[in-house]
Amino acid sequence: MPGFDAVIGFLYQFGDAAAFLVLCASGLAIIFGMMGVINLAHGEFIMGGAYTTVTVAKLGVPLPLAVLCGALAAGAAGMVLERLVIRHLYGRPLDTIVATWGVSLIASQGTLILLGPSLSDISTPLGSVEIGALSYSVYRFVLMGVAAAILLGLYVLFNFTRFGVLARATIQVPHMAETLGVDTRLIYSLTFGIGAALAGATGGLYAPTMTLVPTMGVQFITEAFVTVVVGGGDVFLGTAPAGIVLGFIKSGMTTWEGQLAGQIGLLVAVILVIRVLPRGISGLMLRERA
Amino acid sequence: MAEDPLLTIAGLRAGYGGKPVLQGIDLAIPRGEITAVIGRNGVGKSTLIKAIIGLLPPSAGSIRFGGREIGALTAHARARLGLGYVPQGRDVFPRMSVEENLKVGMSIRGAPNPDYDAIYGYFPILRERRRQAAGTLSGGQQQQLAIGRVLVGGPSLVLLDEPSEGIQPSIVQDIARIGVDLNRRTGLTIVLVEQNIDMIRAMAQRCFVMDKGRVTAELTPAMLDDRDIVRRHLAV
Repeated sequence: MPGFDAVIGFLYQFGDAAAFLVLCASGLAIIFGMMGVINLAHGEFIMGGAYTTVTVAKLGVPLPLAVLCGALAAGAAGMVLERLVIRHLYGRPLDTIVATWGVSLIASQGTLILLGPSLSDISTPLGSVEIGALSYSVYRFVLMGVAAAILLGLYVLFNFTRFGVLARATIQVPHMAETLGVDTRLIYSLTFGIGAALAGATGGLYAPTMTLVPTMGVQFITEAFVTVVVGGGDVFLGTAPAGIVLGFIKSGMTTWEGQLAGQIGLLVAVILVIRVLPRGISGLMLRERA
Repeated sequence: MAEDPLLTIAGLRAGYGGKPVLQGIDLAIPRGEITAVIGRNGVGKSTLIKAIIGLLPPSAGSIRFGGREIGALTAHARARLGLGYVPQGRDVFPRMSVEENLKVGMSIRGAPNPDYDAIYGYFPILRERRRQAAGTLSGGQQQQLAIGRVLVGGPSLVLLDEPSEGIQPSIVQDIARIGVDLNRRTGLTIVLVEQNIDMIRAMAQRCFVMDKGRVTAELTPAMLDDRDIVRRHLAV
C-alpha cells in the first residue's frame, strides 16, 4: 500500500518537525514573551544541555535522568546569566541582543577551547518500529510525546500554580505586582531559568540524534527564532500553533523537494508572517479576544 | 496629632530623572485615621504616594513606617510590611481573571487557602465577575477590584491615589462608605490623594494641602466642612 506508507511517512515527518520546532522555541518564547528579552545565547543553552546530558549519560545514568541534569544545568546557568548580565539591561532590547550574542560567542568558543572540536556522542535509544513497509525511529515518537507534554506542563505551570499567577501578574503590570508584595526580580530570574532549562532539555533530548560540536546551537537557533517570530509572544497561543503550521510547511516542502526546500519554506513563511502579522499568531488571537 | 504616627515622613525629596518634584515633604500620618492629601494638579501628590510605596527612590529624607525606616527598601518589601497601594488608573492585571487578581494580592500572606468572602462581601460585583478577565471590567469595577486586591493582603495602611477618577458617582459613594466602614471597624489607616470634594468630605478626618512639592497647610475636619476653603486649595 504505497498510499498508506506515504501518509504515515508524511505524518511522521510532520510530527518530528513540529516537535523539533516546539521544543527549540518554547524556552526562547518564554524568555521573549514574558520578559521581552531576545536571547541570542539560546542555542548555547541548548548546546550546554546536550553536553551535560551526554557527559552524565556516559557515567551510566539513564537517559531521562541525564536529560533532566542537562535541563537543570542550563537552568542554573540561565539564572546566573540573568543575575550578572540580563538584569542590568531590562527595557534595553538592543543592548540585550548584543550582550547575549557576546555570551553566545564566549560559550561556544570557550567550549571549543576547553573540550575540543567534538564530544563523542551516544547512540539513539529505543531502536525502530515498522509501520507498513517503512521503519521509523521509536525515539522520534518519544520526542513528539515529550513536546506535547512540555506544552501541557507549561500550561499547568502558568495557569494553575502560585508561581504562574505571580509570573503572569509580573509580566502584565510589573510595578503593580511589585507593590502587591511580589518579588518581581525573583520572578524574572526564575522565568529566565525556566526558559534556559527548556533549552537545556531540548539539547539533552536531541543529543542522542546528532553530533555534538560546540557550534551545534546554530542548528537550533534559526528554527527557534522562526517559530517565535511566527508565533509571537505567547507560548500557548503562539509557539504551539506556529510549531504545527511551520512543521507542516517544513515537512511538506522536505517531502516534495528535500531538506533545502524545507528550510526555504520556513524562511518564506516567516517573511510572509512578518509582513502580514507583525505580532505573530498570538498577537492576532489576543487582539481578537480583547 | 496622635502621639504615635503610623507613617512619618521627614525632609523627603524625590523626582524623575534629576527633575525634583518633592522638595522636602514633612508629614505624619496618625494611626487609625483617614488622611487626605489635596492640592492642584502637578504639585506632586501622586509622586508622594509613589515614593511612600517605593516605586520612586527618594534622593533625600526619611520614611518611617511603624517605627521602621523603609526609605531604602524595595516596593515588595514595603508591601510585605503592611503597606497597600491602589494606584491612579487602577492597574488591574488585564489578562487575568478577577479571582487571579485577588490571588496576587493574597500572595503577600502566603495563605494556602484563599478566602475572598470578605472582599466579595464589600464588592458583590466581583463575586459575580470572578471568572471574567479584569481588562473587560468597567472603570468602577476595576477600581473595586484594585481596592479588593490590596485589602485581601490585610495591610495596615492603604494608599489610595485618586480613587474617584473616571468613575460613576454611585460607585464613588460606595468606595467612600466602605473605606470609612473599614476604618471604623478594623482601624485601617488610609491615605487618600483626591480632587473630588465630596469624596474628601465623606472620608477624610484630616487633610494636608500640598503645593510645589511641599506640604503647605493642614485642614481640620471643621474646615473640611467649609466647601469654600477646600475649593480654594483645590482650585487651579
